[in-house]
Formats: sequence, structure tokens, C-alpha cells
Amino acid sequence: MTPAATTFHTPHPVVHRRTTGEPPLVRRALIGVALVFLSLFLFLPLVFVFTQAFAKGIGFYFETLRDPNAWSAIKLTFTAAVIAVPLNCVFGVAAAWAIAKFDFRGKNILLTLIDLPFSVSPVIAGLIYVLVFGAQGWLGLYLNADHPKFPWLANWLNEENFKIIFAVPGIVLATIFVTFPFVARELIPLMQAQGRSEEEAARVLGASGWQTFWRVTLPNIKWGLIYGVILCNARAMGEFGAVAVVSGRIRGQTNTMPLHIEALYDDYNFAGAFAVASLLALLALVTLGLKTWVEHQNARLNRDAEIIAA
Amino acid sequence: MKILWNTFLAAALVLSAGAKEIKLLNVSYDPTRELYTEYNAAFTKYLKAKTGDDVVVSQSHGGSGKQAQSVINGLEADVVTLALAYDIDAISTQAKLLPADWQQRLPNDSTPYTSTIVFLVRKGNPKNIKDWDDLVKKSVSVVAPNPKTSGGARWAYLAAYADALEKNHHDDAAARDFIKQLYKNVPVLDSGARGATVTFAKNGIGDALLAWENEAHLALKEFGTNNFDIVTPPLSILAEPPVAVVDKNARRHHTTETANEYLKYLYSDEGQEIAAKNFYRPRNAEIAKKYAANFTDLKLVTLNDEFGSWAKAQQTHFADGGVFDQIFQPQN
Repeated sequence: MTPAATTFHTPHPVVHRRTTGEPPLVRRALIGVALVFLSLFLFLPLVFVFTQAFAKGIGFYFETLRDPNAWSAIKLTFTAAVIAVPLNCVFGVAAAWAIAKFDFRGKNILLTLIDLPFSVSPVIAGLIYVLVFGAQGWLGLYLNADHPKFPWLANWLNEENFKIIFAVPGIVLATIFVTFPFVARELIPLMQAQGRSEEEAARVLGASGWQTFWRVTLPNIKWGLIYGVILCNARAMGEFGAVAVVSGRIRGQTNTMPLHIEALYDDYNFAGAFAVASLLALLALVTLGLKTWVEHQNARLNRDAEIIAA
Repeated sequence: MKILWNTFLAAALVLSAGAKEIKLLNVSYDPTRELYTEYNAAFTKYLKAKTGDDVVVSQSHGGSGKQAQSVINGLEADVVTLALAYDIDAISTQAKLLPADWQQRLPNDSTPYTSTIVFLVRKGNPKNIKDWDDLVKKSVSVVAPNPKTSGGARWAYLAAYADALEKNHHDDAAARDFIKQLYKNVPVLDSGARGATVTFAKNGIGDALLAWENEAHLALKEFGTNNFDIVTPPLSILAEPPVAVVDKNARRHHTTETANEYLKYLYSDEGQEIAAKNFYRPRNAEIAKKYAANFTDLKLVTLNDEFGSWAKAQQTHFADGGVFDQIFQPQN
């Protein structure tokens, strides 16, 4: 992350030396291949999304986004992210704190569990929730059966018309599941690298647990945490597979933005599909910008720290 | 002040008692999006005029089998309008949300409109595809959805099978051989009818698409008549997509009356006309005559005549290890 930064601050004159001895032709060819690849597989599709989005004019573009079904999809996507990201943020910090700063039995099991959503296919994640909370699942059978185990609970849930699967709670649950590891995975290596000495010093000087966390640990992990939150948010908004399984695809009610894009595409409304897709792409670009900014801040911080240390 | 408040309360009471807002959820199969968008608007207007109630009908679309599975798992549909009776049977037997005799509750076996399976080919029909036999030629590539997940695909499969039976004096082995040849020519098995249409029409894959008649007409409308032709084979199957109220869900939502009204209105002149306009064959003979130009005459065999019943057809052909599993090998 910091080789460029360190070179910048070395007091010695910088000697530009080639790191490879390849002839210029080979180097240019390799760079060319990389550039062509990038533009073909990343840049062109992105341009294509935006040109297709405006294929029927700017009026049609905004009409598509103002459509109640599209608007509901946008709101639902943000709702899911607004609930899932803070929860995973709290969980991620707690888990990383526990894993990096303490030794306890079952630490490896906890680590494996955190990684589970990365290794499990999102479709399966969705199906798990259908199996547990669906009408034929064990919870559903408990509540929906003709003679439920807890009649008062079943009655109350029925009266409130409370649903998990094929409703907003299911979508939020699925989103939380797939974005579970992002914050924790970002923080664990960082906190492990930082070690425990600062926390131990704080404790020796008489700080309480909370004080140690707020004044010592949190400032140290600030940028890593923000970085994790950004990644978590990007995934939460873009998730398709798991959400598709639990959504029920009711237009204007349980379609998220990615699902709405698919629905519009299948309606032969290609310009409309790409209009919503462009909004999602825009969110990704903003995320990318934020990410770069955070990395930049982080690098500057490290540089300052090095200068102080020197 | 108090009088004002009381009048306000009274007014609110009157308003809330007068016009109810009713919500219906129609869980349907893939190609009916346009049909029900138009029909829902008409029904909303009709109900408002009749009872003064405002009804908002939400739609959910997907492969017929998948949609049925969602309803079984708790997607709270007030009505289902699926591609074939077997899928509604599944909701009845597995989740017991409606009685087993649901199909007797509305006229025409609860099927207000029918359709059939036709071929969509590239403009000018360069491969000269006229009949089912032409689809098994070596040089022909056919796009069809997957019979395991799509209702339209099951009708398409059964139409091809029925044609082979008719041509081979009901020799099952010959029909099986034909169907095997046919699916050898299928490079992409999409999970739903709409996906298959997009694969064929937008992505340009294949020489022929096995499609619902309504879906083929809609593709012409969406992609322009100068890109594709519809070929109606001499024989095909009478596809009957049925409709039903999901009793338990409707009762819980207190929408039973409106849900019944919603389905009955499909049989009215206006409902039938909307179906015909969206290229579904109406049951009403008068309206069928009016829209005769939309529909080519052909010999239509019924599922019950050729295959006995849906339960039997499903068991023999589409269940795990059934005929389709035996004859279809994915190619790489």
C-alpha cells in the first residue's frame, strides 16, 4: 500500500531503475493487452449500460425511475441496506475485537462461521430461510398449522399479518446473511496486526473496557471499519441470488432494484431495465470513489505516522 | 372547536366505511405480464363502478412451477393464474390451501382462455420449417425452455410428443425417439418461457423457438414483424392455463368475494376481449370470431385425450427419472 509513499519521503535521491529487463516491445504489448482487457470487460459494459439507459431519451429515463414500482424497488433496496449494514457493522466490530484481542476456546469455529456466507452460494442462503421460515418450514408449520403449538402467537402474527418469507423481513434477513463477513473480515487482520499492546497499556493505566474500546481501539480501526462498511453496503444493494429466492417478486412490494431490473428486462423494456441498472451502476461508482478516498486517507495517515516515527 | 373535531371524525368514519381499499395478489406465470397489466386496470374500473371499492391488484410472474412452489412455501396469493392445472393441483395437495376439486368451480375447467404451441422463426423462414418433423433436421437449432421448470415448455414438449404419436400410429417408442432427436437440437434450455423468447429474439440464438402462441405474437409486436415469422404447425396441443382462488389466503385477507369476482370477470365480454387482444384464444365464440384474424386454424389435440391426465403426464414424462430425464443430455 505504501511503497510509493515511502519513496516519496526518502531523503536519498531517487534513482529510477528498471525493475525488469524486458525489451520495450514486450512491455508495451503486455500493457496493451491489459488495457484492452480492461476496456473490453469493464469499461465498455459500463458505457453500454448508460447508453442503453438513455436509448429512449432522457424523458423516458426519468419516467422509468419515477414509476411507482421502480420507486418502491429503490426504497426497498435502501431499507434493506440501512438495516443490514449497521447490524453487520456492530457484529463485525464485536467479532473482530473478540477474535483479535482475546484467546478463547472455539475461536476457529467462530472464524469459520463468519466465513460461511462467503463460501455458501447465495441461492442456498435464500433457500435456508425459505426452509426455516416458509409455510412448509418448521417455524411455518408451528404457526400455520390447524392446531398451532402456540395459538396466541399464531393468532397475533396472523392478525398483524406478519410475514417473514416473501416479505420485507425475509429480504432483510437474506441481505444480512450474505453481507455478514464483510466488516469482520476487513477488521480481523488489521486488529491482529496492531496487536494488544496499546489496549494492555490502557488497562494498566486504569481505563475501563469501554474507555479502552472508544479511545484506543476504535480510533485505530476507523478507516478499516469505514472501508468494510462501504464494501458491505455495495454488496447489500447489489445482492440478487439470495434475495430472489425469498422475495416472491411481487411488483411494487417485494422487488429490490436488481430484481426490478430483471423484471423490466423480461418485459421487453430494455431501456427501462438499463435505466434502473444505471442507477445501480452509479451507486457502485460512488462506492468506488468513496473507497479510493478512504484508501487515500489511510495512506496519508500511515505516512504521517512514519514521519513521526522517523 | 369540539364541533369541528366531531365533524372531522364523522367524516373520517363515513369515508372509511364507504369505499374500501382491497388488495389482491395474483401470482401468475411468465408470459401473462401484459395480459394482466391490462386486465387489472379494467377490473379496477369495473369494481369501482359496481361496488365503489378500490382494488389494487399486485402481480408476480415467473416460471409456473416455481411460482406454485412459492405459494406452497407461503407467498400469499389470493388468486393463482398458472400455466397448467398440475401446478395448482400441487398447491392443493401439498399446502392444502384450496380444495382438490378447484377445477370444477369455474366454467371450462377453470380455464377462461386457451393457447397453443407454435414456432417462431427468423424472417422468411430460411430453414423452411413447416411442421414438427422439420425441427429434428440436423441443421436446425431449436430454442425451448426447460420442461422441469416452465409450464410452457411442458406444453411444448407434450405438443411435439402428441404430434409424433399421431404420425406413428401411437407408437410410444417412435414418439420417444422423435422427442430425443428434437431436444438434441436444443442448445439452450431457459428456465422460463420469457427467458427463452429473449434468448431467441434479442440474443439471436437458434432457428426456431417453441413458444406459446401468445408469446410468439407478442414477440412480433415487440421486436417488429420484419424480423420474425410465426409458423403454425398443422397439429399442436390445446394448452389450458387455469385460474383459481387460493381459499385459505383469501379468507385470511378477507378478499374471497373480490377474488372470486376477479376470476369471474375473466369470462365476461370485456375480459374475453382483453385476452383475445393479448393473443390468448378466448372461450367466448362471438369474441373468438371477432378476433379470428389473430389465430390460425389448426388441429388441436387435448392433453386428456393424448396423455390421460396431468398427473399421469407429469409422472411419465417430467418426474425425476421420467422420459425427459432419460432422453435429454446436456451438450457442451
